[in-house]
Amino acid sequence: MKTYLLKRILMLFPLMIGITLITFSVIHLAPGEPVEMQMAMNPKVGKEARERLTTFYGLDKPLPEQYFSWVGRLARLDLGRSFSSDSRPVLDKIKERLPVTISLNVVALLLEFGLAIPIGILAATRRDSWLDKGITVFVFVGFAVPTFWLALLLMYFFGVRLGWLPISGLHTLGSDSWGTGRYLWDLAKHLVMPVMVASFGSLAGLSRYMRSAMLNVISQDYITTARAKGLSERVVIYKHALRNALLPLITLLGFSIPGLIGGSVIFETIYAIPGMGQLFYQGVMSRDYPVVMGILVIGAFLTLIGNLIADLCYALADPRIRHGEG
Amino acid sequence: MDLKYSYVYSIFWPRLKRNRLALAGGAVVMALFVISLLAPLISPYDPSAINAWRVLSPPSMQHWFGTDELGRDVLSRVLYGARISLKVGFVAVGIAVMIGTTVGLISGYYSGLVDTVMMRLVDIMLCFPAFFLILAVITFLEPSIWYIMVIIGLTGWMGVARLVRAETLSIREMEYIMAARCIGCSNTRIIFRHILPNAISPVLVAATLGVAGAILTESALSFLGIGVQPPTPSWGNILTSGKDYIEFAWWLSLFPGLAILVTVLAYNLLGEGIRDALDPRVKR
Repeated sequence: MKTYLLKRILMLFPLMIGITLITFSVIHLAPGEPVEMQMAMNPKVGKEARERLTTFYGLDKPLPEQYFSWVGRLARLDLGRSFSSDSRPVLDKIKERLPVTISLNVVALLLEFGLAIPIGILAATRRDSWLDKGITVFVFVGFAVPTFWLALLLMYFFGVRLGWLPISGLHTLGSDSWGTGRYLWDLAKHLVMPVMVASFGSLAGLSRYMRSAMLNVISQDYITTARAKGLSERVVIYKHALRNALLPLITLLGFSIPGLIGGSVIFETIYAIPGMGQLFYQGVMSRDYPVVMGILVIGAFLTLIGNLIADLCYALADPRIRHGEG
Repeated sequence: MDLKYSYVYSIFWPRLKRNRLALAGGAVVMALFVISLLAPLISPYDPSAINAWRVLSPPSMQHWFGTDELGRDVLSRVLYGARISLKVGFVAVGIAVMIGTTVGLISGYYSGLVDTVMMRLVDIMLCFPAFFLILAVITFLEPSIWYIMVIIGLTGWMGVARLVRAETLSIREMEYIMAARCIGCSNTRIIFRHILPNAISPVLVAATLGVAGAILTESALSFLGIGVQPPTPSWGNILTSGKDYIEFAWWLSLFPGLAILVTVLAYNLLGEGIRDALDPRVKR
């Protein structure tokens, strides 16, 4: 276990270096003169911004020097200052937005797993029944629904038509002065649609995965043994099969992180939620390069850490790794 | 080639044919090709013809899908939009498949350091939330459909690379590869002539599913205003107006979204059908 942990952590460094290299090459993506030429043709970026960009990234210096000075600042968590009129440090901007995005995504993740696991078990234990077929249809449609369209439809029905839910932001104006209960209720109402949209995207995939993992386990010999020794179906499914079927799901948890973070751009923009996705989108639209690059690096690091945590959970849950040499 | 031919006709096609959902998906995909080709002929109106008298009119006999905020016919715009999504789907996936296959073949065949470096690159690329990476790159470029296609392709090859690598690893150990090596085939010849044709079937599945993914990504980008730029109609950018006029014009949101849903569903069903038909373990 200790060696496994150590190996896994050592692996982080080359990956982190790779992330910085790729982000760096995105900055230098423009053909010919880096950035400069593209921006000269782009009236959205003023001369002042161009100069700031040149000094910040040291675009007049040779490439390796640029890279190392940028990574050096990155290591000290200096992501530069935003190009927008407030010109605040990018790190501060990200810091105040990150909790919103993370907590929203955690709620979405809980909902996703909370629904996908029972759905998958139902579909697998009643294989080829109408229920299973219905779930399969739902899964295929779920795969194909564009999340932003779902967001629009929900907005139309619950927001515009029925008027049950607020369609933008996290709070009603003036809710600060309300009592705690009312304040939280207001917040919850604002969160319903974004959370639904955020979790819907991967719900289909997760339930399908859970179904096939469950089917896979059920066909194993030890399940037949458990049934043969007369255990009730309930014990067989929930005690013997489920625990083994859940194991691969932990890895999936890690894989779903980049999708969730990336998806936050869409629902945060549509529902006007002040999170990292919205900040990123605003950065893209106003060509606020330091913000864009900062979030790109942070997003990738978050994914890396998320994957590490998922792997560690897997190792903890799987006795073959927990007690093994690996 | 004879053997391949008989495989397609005696095993693959009969198996695919029995899968009705996959056939339905295939039919929709074909229909989309026809619509894209014939868009100018079958569209009732010019997709960019502005009509100030018919702004935001609901679906009617003249305008089946209603009109948008400039009085343009939504049905015509949706039909023309099929062209964009088809183009994006195929070009982006073409790029992704080419890169992914090459990386996978080289990585699996040579193994060792080359393999390690390339697979770490795959790991690193997978760390970036794809949507962030695409948006970040676009920030530095002018929005254009060509950039979009190339970028979606450049950020979507990792899955194919892993698949092809896994296939290559097992094919490499086959006896016929040993035989080819014994008669003095060069590495390049072995890779492209003997391994590639045998490793390609999972790529076919991944590519079909990839088209669906690329169409979804393009529509999301266009919806956010960073993809296909108006007045060129794309399903995503029609939905942008759908959002702006959501309180007055539900038809602007409904129809382009349904078009995306049906298209993506069709590609997914076809892809899954191909997978089942290729998989000898699946019995029907």
